[in-house]
Amino acid sequence: MAIEVRIPTILRTHTGGSKTVEGDGDTLAALVDDLDAKHPGLKNRLVTEEGKLHRFVNVYVNDEDVRFTGALDTQVKDGDSVTILPAVAGG
Amino acid sequence: MLRIDRATYDAIVAHAREDHPDEACGVVAGPEASDRPERFIPMLNAARSPTFYEFDSADLLRLYREMDDRDEEPVVIYHSHTATEAYPSRTDVGLASEPNAHYVLVSTRHHGEQTGLAGDEVEFRSFRIVDAVVTEEDVEVVESYLFGHSPTTVVYD
Repeated sequence: MAIEVRIPTILRTHTGGSKTVEGDGDTLAALVDDLDAKHPGLKNRLVTEEGKLHRFVNVYVNDEDVRFTGALDTQVKDGDSVTILPAVAGG
Repeated sequence: MLRIDRATYDAIVAHAREDHPDEACGVVAGPEASDRPERFIPMLNAARSPTFYEFDSADLLRLYREMDDRDEEPVVIYHSHTATEAYPSRTDVGLASEPNAHYVLVSTRHHGEQTGLAGDEVEFRSFRIVDAVVTEEDVEVVESYLFGHSPTTVVYD
């Protein structure tokens, strides 16, 4: 078992074109580190230099926006499904 | 070039007109890699602002899940500018994250109550935004996609 992560089109350059990848970790932060080890550059696209999730990247754990569940501290476990979606936004 | 049917074109303009002075936004989905905008999906502007738009995060997830299930992608992503020209702003360029989409901008700065009235000049323009580079493209309005491409088309550039 692992955690399935759905990758949006714009980030598939980091995953060799794969729509879904697998990773491990107890928290979203640990999962992102694990993903970055396998798919270098991914973390930079998700997390700011200050160590927070980018404002315009949405991450969902089992359909729940992690902004409401502790952001990078959100607990994750085997079998969870994580979806990453860039915001559709502008001025 | 963006090729779009008349009904969808009109629906986008009508949505922009309705939500004025706030920005309106939405998607036209189509079969993956088809480049055919077929399914008009107006979205709520969660920012409810005259200068900003953002899809609600739960709506965004539902939208992408649904497109995924139907083997669709966002062929058109549209939003309106309500006081400035129909050209991508710096924010639009910075946040554009669908390199395969046509980014449609509608300006309602000079709009009337409905199409055809004097003084109604809703601008409708389409762009590609890839790696922060904006490229404008022609818009061809076709009468219908249903029976192939109708010969009676109007090209707006």
